[in-house]
Amino acid sequence: MAIRLLQGIHVPHRKNTSKCVPVRMPAPEKVMIPVSMHIGAPAKPVVKAGDEVKVGQLIAEASGFVSSPVYASVSGKVKKIEDILLFHGGTCPAVIIESDGEQALYEGIAAPKVTDKNEFLEAVRNSGVVGLGGAGFPTAVKLNTEPGKVDFVCINGAECEPYITTDTRTMLDDTEYLVKGIELLNEYVMPKKVLIGIENNKPECISKLKKHCSHINNVEVRHLPSIYPQGGEKVLIYSMTGRIVSEGKLPIDAGCIVINTTTLAAIAKYIETGMPLTEKYVTVDGSAVKNPQNVIAPIGTAIKDVVEFTGGFAEVPKKIVMGGPMMGIAVPDIEYPVLKNTNSLLCLDAKEALLPPTTACIKCGRCVDHCPLKLMPTSIETAYNKKSPEELKELKVNLCMECGCCAFVCPAKRPLVQVHKLSKAMLNQYNAEQRAAEKAKEEKKQKEDKANG
Amino acid sequence: MDDKLIVSVSPHIRVKDTTRSIMRDVLIALVPALIAAVIFFGFRSLLLCAVCMASCIFFEWAFEKVCKKPNTIGDLTAAVTGMILAFNLPSTIALWQAIFGCLVAIVVVKQLFGGLGYNFANPAATARVVMLIAFSGSMTTWTAPNFVDGVSTSTPLVSLKEGALDPSISMLQLFVGGVGGSLGEISSLAILIGGIYLLVRKVITWHTPVAFIGTAFVLSLAKGGFDFALAQILAGSIFLGAFFMATDYVTTPSTKWGRIIFGVGCGLITCLIRFYGNYPEGVSFAILFMNILTPYISKWTATKPLGGVKA
Repeated sequence: MAIRLLQGIHVPHRKNTSKCVPVRMPAPEKVMIPVSMHIGAPAKPVVKAGDEVKVGQLIAEASGFVSSPVYASVSGKVKKIEDILLFHGGTCPAVIIESDGEQALYEGIAAPKVTDKNEFLEAVRNSGVVGLGGAGFPTAVKLNTEPGKVDFVCINGAECEPYITTDTRTMLDDTEYLVKGIELLNEYVMPKKVLIGIENNKPECISKLKKHCSHINNVEVRHLPSIYPQGGEKVLIYSMTGRIVSEGKLPIDAGCIVINTTTLAAIAKYIETGMPLTEKYVTVDGSAVKNPQNVIAPIGTAIKDVVEFTGGFAEVPKKIVMGGPMMGIAVPDIEYPVLKNTNSLLCLDAKEALLPPTTACIKCGRCVDHCPLKLMPTSIETAYNKKSPEELKELKVNLCMECGCCAFVCPAKRPLVQVHKLSKAMLNQYNAEQRAAEKAKEEKKQKEDKANG
Repeated sequence: MDDKLIVSVSPHIRVKDTTRSIMRDVLIALVPALIAAVIFFGFRSLLLCAVCMASCIFFEWAFEKVCKKPNTIGDLTAAVTGMILAFNLPSTIALWQAIFGCLVAIVVVKQLFGGLGYNFANPAATARVVMLIAFSGSMTTWTAPNFVDGVSTSTPLVSLKEGALDPSISMLQLFVGGVGGSLGEISSLAILIGGIYLLVRKVITWHTPVAFIGTAFVLSLAKGGFDFALAQILAGSIFLGAFFMATDYVTTPSTKWGRIIFGVGCGLITCLIRFYGNYPEGVSFAILFMNILTPYISKWTATKPLGGVKA
């Protein structure tokens, strides 16, 4: 079955660090670990100021079905728990631990007993693993599926964002964990097929995984063209299975589960060793960095400490991006901590940080020609400026995954992703108002019926 | 203040292309045709082109100055309009008439509708139509090109209108240059070179030119055979229109299918005017007419979002 490729863009790869084996940095003096590093309810702190903690010790427990526990990444003393401002605008408590430099392991660490699906899901939940590709969705929730419903598990090794090479390093350095993870999925999630999707700019990863997975019958390693956003969930599913995830549905409704390579390796590591997620491979790169390289950083380490470990800044950074340059979030403060789903710290100098000036839309249609989901960004912007949620609904702005292809190719440098975010908010508000109006109408009708009857 | 970090919404990298760089490519693509015009019509064509460009830039600057709008002459769109308008004029036209055309193109058609990105009609095509009606005499007085006998001549389209190509004109002349016409009509070859440059630079896509020229060719083939059809597409301004005017971003559909429909419509209307209308040429009228339909074409050909569910 030949699948027509979705549109996308050719981004510069800039995988400068793909050959850099991650180096473990020493424990920083202090870590700041937010209890909300995932989608869903924030975890609830279980330690208080003054407590002694060790690496891998639980410091905040999951507080709902869609939630994830948080573990200490250094050994030392809890200094305080204070609210910090997250870059999405909200606040959440963060546990601040002063490190004693010992990195002593928590005595309670032991491989969990996994013999059936429930124990497997419990283990995934306890591992503290969330979508490490960037989304931060608690993985245990995603894997909790009815038997027989999963046709494909798509393992995402596309790593389509420029610069980032942490998934590449996971595939090369943690191949055993990855293979173990696939075996676990086969045992407990029971997909018909496991598809590993890797962009063809990483031939070493493709050949290594092919070799290591040859003993598992239902595994297929797929070459994917290096077209951004190949690693987007919907795009990956379409490229590998030809299935389309409809509006308002989840991948599981199309019989698919997508799981990132690093996520899967972290789960397997926990089940093998009992070591929960406390550290991350982080690519440190960008024009303001002296020595681009991959670092193994304790979660909660300040950006400044990670960059200093690599050799510091070559130039004054004017913009620091967590994640890739296409979808990453620009952070306002160099003291921000590395989160569970941080895979890259991109430090840009003044020249790269400044965005070019915006000019009038010339309706060239490049955004339309490059949108992988076949949306019409130019029309969406017009509808947004008209403040017309009806038109936005028709244009399906809610499907937008904010991959940034439209804004990347725009010669007029329109802030299209920003407009799409605002458009979605406008549409959500409109939908909520519509629902409320409908509900009020129904209630009124019921009241009238009662009065008449 | 200096060590503050910049926070902005992703993406954090962009392509190098800007409106200005695209327009610069269009100007470069027009150079071969300009050289052809200078060879065949002499330096008057270079003067005409310079005057048109200068006046378009001046009118844009002056209008924005008067209206206290930001100055946008740096995006080079006014220069492109001036050059394309000059290509639509006979080399002998009075300069004041050309300047009047520029005023119509920039002030009336472009700026009064909101400036770049908001005009619904192609400025150069509209200005040409206005001039054709206002100055019918000088807009249809064609001098014979250099190296060809005679002082004044008609364009091959007039003889085509009478049924067949003037036997004194060879197909090669039509293609390379050497028959009467506007500056940009003189050499289909030169326009084609520029068009290919734009395709290679990905400034335009193949959809509109192929649909436009293809439709005109097929319709002419059905009417008068192969030689007639070839002469139809090589004579007049079909190439200029298909590569440089029907591909104007602002006034044409932004979807692929929309561009094809736009091109087919242009080809159809051009042929209808050429075969049955009063004018020997219909490219500008065709483009103008299709410009009006553009919002509807864009709507009809709107892309279908992946995974979208009909409400």
